[in-house]
Amino acid sequence: MGKEMRIVLRNADKIDPNSIDDYIKAGGYRALEKALGMERKALIEEVKKANLRGRGGAGFNAGMKWSFVPPAEVTYVVCNLDEGEPGTYKDRTIVQKDPHTLLEGMAICGHAINSQKGYIYCRGEYPYVVEHLNRAIDQARRKGVLGNFDIEVRMGGGAYVCGEETALIESIEGHRGEPRFKPPFPGVAGLWAEPTVVNNVETFANLPEILNRGSEWFKAIGAASYPGTKVLTLTGDVVNRVAIEVPTDTTIRQVIYEFGGGIRNGKKFKAVQIGGTSGGFIPESLLDTPIDFDSMRGIGATLGTGAVLVMDETRDIVDIVTRIAKFFEHESCGKCNPCREGTFRNFEIMTKINRGMAAVQDVEKMSLLCKVMQKACLCGLGQAAPGPIVTTLQHFRHEYERKLLA
Amino acid sequence: MVTLTVNGKQIQAPKGSTILEACRLNGIEVPTLCYDPDLRLAGSCRMCLVEVKGRPLFLASCVAPAENGMVVETESTDIVEARRVVLELLAARHDFNCQTCEKNGDCKFQDYCYQYGVKESRFTDGGRHVYPIDDPNPFIERDYNKCVMCTRCVRACEDITNARAINVENRGHKAKIATAFDGDLADSPCVFCGQCVMVCPVGALTSKVSAGKGRAYEVEKVVTTCTYCGTGCTLELNVKDNKVVGVTSNRSEEYSPVNKGALCVKGRFGWDFIHSSDRLTTPLIKENGEFREASWDEALDLVATRLQAIKEDSGPDSMAVFTSARITNEENYLAQKFTRAVLGTNNVDHCARL
Amino acid sequence: MTNSIGELEKDATGIFVIGSNTTENHPVIGMKIKKNVLKNGAKLIVADPRRTDLADLADVYMAHLPGTDVALVNGMMNVIINEGLADKEFIANCTEGYEAMAEVVAKYTPEYVEKITTVPAQDIRKAARIYAEAEAAAICYAMGLTQHSTGTDNVKSVCNLAMLTGNIGRPGTGVDPLRGQNNVQGACDMGGLPVTYPAYQAVTNDAVREKFEKAWGVSLSPNNGLTLTDTINKAYEGQMKALVVIGENPMMSDPDLHHVEEALEKLDFLVVQDIFLTETAKYADVVLPGATFAEKDGTFSNTERRVQRVRKAIDPVGGARPDWQIICDLATRMGYPMQYNSPEEIFEEMKALTPSYAGMSYARLEGRGLQWPCPNADHPGTPFLHKDGKFSRGKGAFSAIEFKEPRENPDEEYPLILTTGRSLFHYHTGTMTRRSSALDAHKPEAELEINPALAAKMGIQNGEKVKLSTRRGSLEIKANVTDILAENVVFMTFHYHEAAANWLTNADSLDPVAKIPEYKVCAARLDKI
Ligand SMILES: Cc1cc2nc3c(=O)[nH]c(=O)nc-3n(C[C@H](O)[C@H](O)[C@H](O)COP(=O)(O)O)c2cc1C
Ligand code: SF4
Ligand code: SF4
Ligand code: SF4
Ligand code: SF4
Ligand code: FES
Repeated sequence: MGKEMRIVLRNADKIDPNSIDDYIKAGGYRALEKALGMERKALIEEVKKANLRGRGGAGFNAGMKWSFVPPAEVTYVVCNLDEGEPGTYKDRTIVQKDPHTLLEGMAICGHAINSQKGYIYCRGEYPYVVEHLNRAIDQARRKGVLGNFDIEVRMGGGAYVCGEETALIESIEGHRGEPRFKPPFPGVAGLWAEPTVVNNVETFANLPEILNRGSEWFKAIGAASYPGTKVLTLTGDVVNRVAIEVPTDTTIRQVIYEFGGGIRNGKKFKAVQIGGTSGGFIPESLLDTPIDFDSMRGIGATLGTGAVLVMDETRDIVDIVTRIAKFFEHESCGKCNPCREGTFRNFEIMTKINRGMAAVQDVEKMSLLCKVMQKACLCGLGQAAPGPIVTTLQHFRHEYERKLLA
Repeated sequence: MVTLTVNGKQIQAPKGSTILEACRLNGIEVPTLCYDPDLRLAGSCRMCLVEVKGRPLFLASCVAPAENGMVVETESTDIVEARRVVLELLAARHDFNCQTCEKNGDCKFQDYCYQYGVKESRFTDGGRHVYPIDDPNPFIERDYNKCVMCTRCVRACEDITNARAINVENRGHKAKIATAFDGDLADSPCVFCGQCVMVCPVGALTSKVSAGKGRAYEVEKVVTTCTYCGTGCTLELNVKDNKVVGVTSNRSEEYSPVNKGALCVKGRFGWDFIHSSDRLTTPLIKENGEFREASWDEALDLVATRLQAIKEDSGPDSMAVFTSARITNEENYLAQKFTRAVLGTNNVDHCARL
Repeated sequence: MTNSIGELEKDATGIFVIGSNTTENHPVIGMKIKKNVLKNGAKLIVADPRRTDLADLADVYMAHLPGTDVALVNGMMNVIINEGLADKEFIANCTEGYEAMAEVVAKYTPEYVEKITTVPAQDIRKAARIYAEAEAAAICYAMGLTQHSTGTDNVKSVCNLAMLTGNIGRPGTGVDPLRGQNNVQGACDMGGLPVTYPAYQAVTNDAVREKFEKAWGVSLSPNNGLTLTDTINKAYEGQMKALVVIGENPMMSDPDLHHVEEALEKLDFLVVQDIFLTETAKYADVVLPGATFAEKDGTFSNTERRVQRVRKAIDPVGGARPDWQIICDLATRMGYPMQYNSPEEIFEEMKALTPSYAGMSYARLEGRGLQWPCPNADHPGTPFLHKDGKFSRGKGAFSAIEFKEPRENPDEEYPLILTTGRSLFHYHTGTMTRRSSALDAHKPEAELEINPALAAKMGIQNGEKVKLSTRRGSLEIKANVTDILAENVVFMTFHYHEAAANWLTNADSLDPVAKIPEYKVCAARLDKI
């Protein structure tokens, strides 16, 4: 098995996650102390220099995001713990194993944008995580380590799209979880129209170590354009179904074979889908691509949340993609036309193909629909929903053709 | 001011404009379904998409800020292709029956299908939802088989009337416009103001009172002032063949200074009394306790002689005129002038206080 | 209105609505108030015996007993004075009569007022503070304030309140009567009143009279005329011989219809000019068919003094004629030629005699219309009156007003208070709305609102027919059981001829000055049928 590099999971299984004292003993909350002693500008600059890019999927430089927040009386820090991707559990893992690293990270951000209030938006299916977090927050409050920064946990509405940052904000505000158009970005007008930074759990969890060890240290790890590590969750036909943290220059092949232990039951590899349900399907020929954001994008795939779904030679690609299409048909919020109607029609056509009742024209119109959706939908859900169809048509077209009518 | 290039032409617009506003200001038309300048923006129909150089995604021009130096294409091949797909997707859920539709000729969806040559949809395999058309209220026909999900009705109900009677229910392609428990409007906070009808770009929400009485292109719209309460809302009487067949809103600030098109149930739906069969159409004279029809000459002569006689016998102050809070200023002026100058008394009043 | 409708949507940061069910009777103004409250966070105070739509939205809702408005407003002023919230500078610079008013108000402590109005003292305090502390506070009222034997006092009271806090003469402030009918404002402006010519020029003023005599080429009566209610009373006494009624329906709209009926029957000659054979027209000797607003040109003046065009859309139906033509024909036949080619010509004549309209013309009214005063052709019109606290008569005068009980109070025989009003779906005496197919289909029947406790006590089911009586008479009406009013109050509209509220109301209790009948309070009894 290959060697992990643990930054966000540095304390995992080493300390008692229920004990703030353990965390402090392990060096916790020192980074926050250091941050509080820094000028806001300098702090943001340091994070920007580290080139810590968002671990929630969009890969935006966190320090840059914070720097867009205008001076305002009220600002908010929001942590995205919606983790709605099937097969993804990395954020839950981080929080369960070391909640204080998240709280510390959020408080650092709070100082950077002069915010007194943070929210953690926790996936509805994780009620025990809410409890766990509340316990940690309580400890931190009592210890007074967060200073004048307070954190509240909000339970999610259960819809996948609520993980999208603006839908998440709508949901916290008590509205229907539907994305807003951008701009304005949350950094300018977010929660209750106030400037708001939304970051992923893993993004926040990187901050303490970046401050402790400096941006230069961080920048040197992994891929140059997307430095640091990435927590990946391995699922599907892989031997080790585990969560791992690896430098971002690790290749997909290393992930599957060195960390994942290869394909189960001695079968042959067929495809891997990375980044969650909307991630692209990657064939054998591209396995030597590093997992970092830009390299993945280069092959038409995504790093996304870091879910790694491995499929062996027996898997029916068309059938899997049909089920993915059903997922999006179900999860579209219905706000914008191309996604509401498009996900519905994609599923319809995929079903037709899967049942052997479609002709090549059906594939063509679906391709057209996908192409339009990718550029025309209002939010990331609709834009990304066609990804699996598009990439499988590219790399596994023969599987479709087998099912088409003559 | 910002300067940008649209379809190869340099244009200018005030800072803070959206791309759509900048385009329209410069005479460049971009199709829109969900956009309404008086409502909170939605940016959801994706009809107004444009291509901006250097941006990987299409931008919804109704919500995207116009920026200096932007290079925008509003009708490029890719954009037209996207719009067509969006229209086809909507067409696949649409119950086309333009020939009997109230909105034929005044329908944005029809217009855009025509403009982009969408004759039929390629996406009809799975059929469409069929919604019953069965709200029993006497004012508004709700036919969601023609709805394009622009949510203008929802926003008008909330932003203008502040009634919040309707909202989007369900998610994904099951989403539809409904009252809180998907029931009749009468059982919701609806006040039947018809603001939703005013903003609906298609034939999904129409007036039951006007149904079958005339299409938009057949009527002449006469801008006037409402006859009911003292708010003084501007409205348009729709006239066909010398008959009032409907009321529509004039939404310009310039012509509708008080209400900007907003009306209440009386103004919007309470106009067919004009052609009620109860209207008096000829003078009546009472004889032996019964009315009989009379000519204007006979009736006016009778009134003039009787009033003249009473004035001479009993004096002007034995007569009075009730003028009206309903009639025009000009008529009120004449009524009091008549009382004072012709009858010779100041006994003139009206029901201001009643 | 001293101010403009649009200000209620954006400029007012506090709005006090008293005696106005705005969302039903002035719906579009109601929408603007709601928007200001919901979107801009304006504070809202509502005083109304019925819990109206706006009351549900209010920061403070005061359900005072019908007829106790003066006490309520005095109570608010008491708080404002005692808590030092009055605008001393405005009082000193722009008003007079403060001392006398303050002296009267001194005894109206919130606790004392609670006893009269049933409104909890702390709500009165809260309302007073909200109103006084708002940056710009407007008062909106309608018939709920005026249709009382103390209607004039009620109006003066709210003017006191506005002056006390300097809420006059700035955007978003003011005292805003919401006029009930499309052209009440215009009918008053045009001199459709027994004591004034157009623009409120007194008929008893010699110089004014001479001006009109010269313009009209006749000599004119120097005596004040009779109000509508006095006219009916005179007719009842047999002293009125002829009456011409143009587009009014006293046999529905006036108090105590028995009284009106007898009065009309005693006339020698009754002419009714209307678009329908109204309840009144049935008593006429001659009925002349007039035209609706769709059938003629002209202007209406709305509640914010905005004069707007009415445009002819169709020809008069059948043999009907525009009312202006009918009046001209009559005058001409009576030996006083009136000849105009169009309403515009009438307007031109009128404006020469009406200083507040002098600067208007049809050309200028195109589009947005103009708000009077508009004294000359360059004047842009006047969105709000009393700018910077300047009143037309110099200083704003406070009035010292004591609370007086309504004329007819509940007793053993008639233990309830009947109050009347309008509903969203109908208008006034229903001549138009009852003949509008959709409106009548939606609300075809009169209803009496009854509190559930009262209904339970009397064993009345929702929807059941009940008998409602007053000293004037009784009628049968469908019960609508609702908790929006107090147990001793019942409410009905006056839209339905089948159950006309005014068979029950009191013609004797008039406001002594304005001669407004006390529609909002009379003693009543409810019986099961
Ligand atoms: C449909 C959809 C679902 C998303 N779900 C999540 C999620 O579960 N967790 C998450 O952190 N980000 C999710 N995102 C990304 C967020 O919108 C946002 O980019 C992220 O929270 C920003 O944090 P980061 O910059 O730290 O990555 C989702 C985006 C879309 C379009
Ligand atoms: S893309 Fe889909 S999920 Fe996103 S706004 Fe549009 S309908 Fe909603
Ligand atoms: S809504 Fe428009 S497109 Fe649809 S049937 Fe009516 S007119 Fe035709
Ligand atoms: S009629 Fe008015 S209140 Fe009713 S749904 Fe439409 S906009 Fe809302
Ligand atoms: S009913 Fe009309 S206004 Fe409402 S969403 Fe449908 S198309 Fe739009
Ligand atoms: S008009 Fe721009 S998205 Fe609908």
